[in-house]
Amino acid sequence: MSKVASFEINYTRFLDPQGQAVGDLPSFAQDPAALIELYRAMVLTRAFDAKAVALQRTGRLGTFASSLGQEAVAAGVGAAMAADDVLLPSFREQGAQFRRGVTMTELLLYWGGDERGSDFAGPRQDFPICVPVGTQAPHAAGVALALQLRGEARAAVCVIGDGATSRGDVYEAMNFAGVRRLPLVFVVNNNGWAISVPRAQQSAAETLAQKAVAAGFPGRQVDGNDVIAVRAVLDEALARARAGEGPTLIEALTYRLSDHTTADDATRYRDDTEVSARWKEEPVARLRTYLVEIGAWGKDDEEGLLADCDREVEAAADAYLATAPMPPSAMFDHLYAELPRELEAQREALSQSSDEGDISG
Amino acid sequence: MSEITLVEAVRLALARAMSEDDGVLVLGEDVGPDGGVFRATEGLLERFGAERVIDTPLSESLFAGLAVGLGAQGFRPVVEFQFMGFIYPAIDQVLNHAGRLRNRTRGRLTCPMVIRAPYGGGIHAPEHHSESTEALFAHIPGIRVVIPSSPARAYGLLLAAIRDPDPVIFLEPKRVYRAVKETVADDGQAAPLDACFLLREGHDLTLVSWGAMIKETLAAADALAESGIEAAVIDVATLKPLDMTTILRSVEASGRCVIVHEAALAGGVGAEIAARLADEGLTSLLAPVRRVAGYDTVMPLPRLEAHYLPDSERILAAARETLEFA
Repeated sequence: MSKVASFEINYTRFLDPQGQAVGDLPSFAQDPAALIELYRAMVLTRAFDAKAVALQRTGRLGTFASSLGQEAVAAGVGAAMAADDVLLPSFREQGAQFRRGVTMTELLLYWGGDERGSDFAGPRQDFPICVPVGTQAPHAAGVALALQLRGEARAAVCVIGDGATSRGDVYEAMNFAGVRRLPLVFVVNNNGWAISVPRAQQSAAETLAQKAVAAGFPGRQVDGNDVIAVRAVLDEALARARAGEGPTLIEALTYRLSDHTTADDATRYRDDTEVSARWKEEPVARLRTYLVEIGAWGKDDEEGLLADCDREVEAAADAYLATAPMPPSAMFDHLYAELPRELEAQREALSQSSDEGDISG
Repeated sequence: MSEITLVEAVRLALARAMSEDDGVLVLGEDVGPDGGVFRATEGLLERFGAERVIDTPLSESLFAGLAVGLGAQGFRPVVEFQFMGFIYPAIDQVLNHAGRLRNRTRGRLTCPMVIRAPYGGGIHAPEHHSESTEALFAHIPGIRVVIPSSPARAYGLLLAAIRDPDPVIFLEPKRVYRAVKETVADDGQAAPLDACFLLREGHDLTLVSWGAMIKETLAAADALAESGIEAAVIDVATLKPLDMTTILRSVEASGRCVIVHEAALAGGVGAEIAARLADEGLTSLLAPVRRVAGYDTVMPLPRLEAHYLPDSERILAAARETLEFA
């Protein structure tokens, strides 16, 4: 008997849960301004999530998925990606989307039940939120194949959750990405829970990162609550992708401090003591501690930032709440490039029954 | 110009579309050196190269989803499924994504993709190779379902499907693949989508069908003509969206209608046509609308499939009952 294959999975962390640097930081992190940008992105995301949950609790927003505790994953992804890369998110990557130019008003419109929320004015090629878990992974392979066929030095980034790694089409996409050496980075936001099913019941694999090994490309683990590490590992994976060296899978270990969505009640299946322990590892306080220790951040900065975020979030919420619904017949507007004659009667019937003339003014 | 089979017409249309538009890609299992299990993509690899004729791993959900990503990036992928029996993993991608990406992004991202699959029975194929489940797709909003019934219509409709800016499920009746030859001009002329083809005029009865059943239906119409009955024959061709205008116009004249499909009866596209006739053509009808279809059974293996598939005898029997209804 002889060994024909072996693998190892490396883990990257630069800031420990107490905000202390572990070894030398990557070069971008030598510049406090770059760290402050990451910090702002996380604080803004947390403020947005809090506002969105509040809007839902008061009946002014539909079901919403908070990213509480996982802000570093999205902030790291958003900061590492180039403007002309393509993001294919799941439904908890608002922090990355904001960095890429998706507006808070757009995402509130989406969760508030309006298709216009996915017509991003900013990143026109980015995919919208994907609710059927993991089904965007094949799209990401298709986008990456398009970039590769055109010979462009661009990459696609597909973010999925730990639950999605159990799905066949995620593996199918990874397998194809490996075969074609696609410029594609898979990011697994492993927040420990797929609604009520814990990571241990999702897979017997020691790491989710090693699922890349079966597809023939590298998998890495990163402390997903350390935004510096997430950004650094993404930088390397994106550089590999753009250089034609193929895909990478990054498993970001983080924790879902919130319910799955506003429609979920995690106390039904999860012990509060587990959650409170995890609050000690969350990413925002971790980076703040470090910034304060190196003298790059103070009380006034913090108060100013919180006020800025609050103002920005409130303005976005106001804009969302002030947006009138589309006329009912809008459901026919983008069904096909050109509405088939067969459907004109249905649209006409809807317009008349809904008294659309009054609504559209 | 020469006489070619339906599968050759498919190949001709693929080559034409690929030569006209660099964005047209062919993907699927065995579409490369092997030229596809029915040889529909034969020669395309040599002519257009491995960047445009892509053999994929054996993963149906993947290549339907790949097409969504490629389409959103401006390519026009044409994906081949080897048999309709293997298309079901792709329903998730078609229903949840391809059919709705344009709508959910308000036109920002679109899916100009074609899914091709051989479908239907009658060639003594193994299990899972002979079903006609077009109704599953005809229920999905935002897509087109197109079924050619002759080489010329296969050429024109496939060109139209590839050029169409929205997703098209293109189902090829494999029983017809090599059964007939027809002169097809490789002139790049697309046939109209969303329109039925009136194959035969007639004011006594309207026969509505598609795919491989067109041959049986035309044979029934010939037999009726021998006894002086002129039956119109309509090839629906695009099942979604459905051109009811042409069907209603014919039934207004004939007052009698028989719908023929090899798919199972319950919930088939024939049920939609019959419902629409009841809804919009009732005052024209002189007899109940009849459907001649496959049974609501599992598609039998080859020894019994001839008993399952409608033939001209069954169509004639239904036609006579309809004509005799007073």
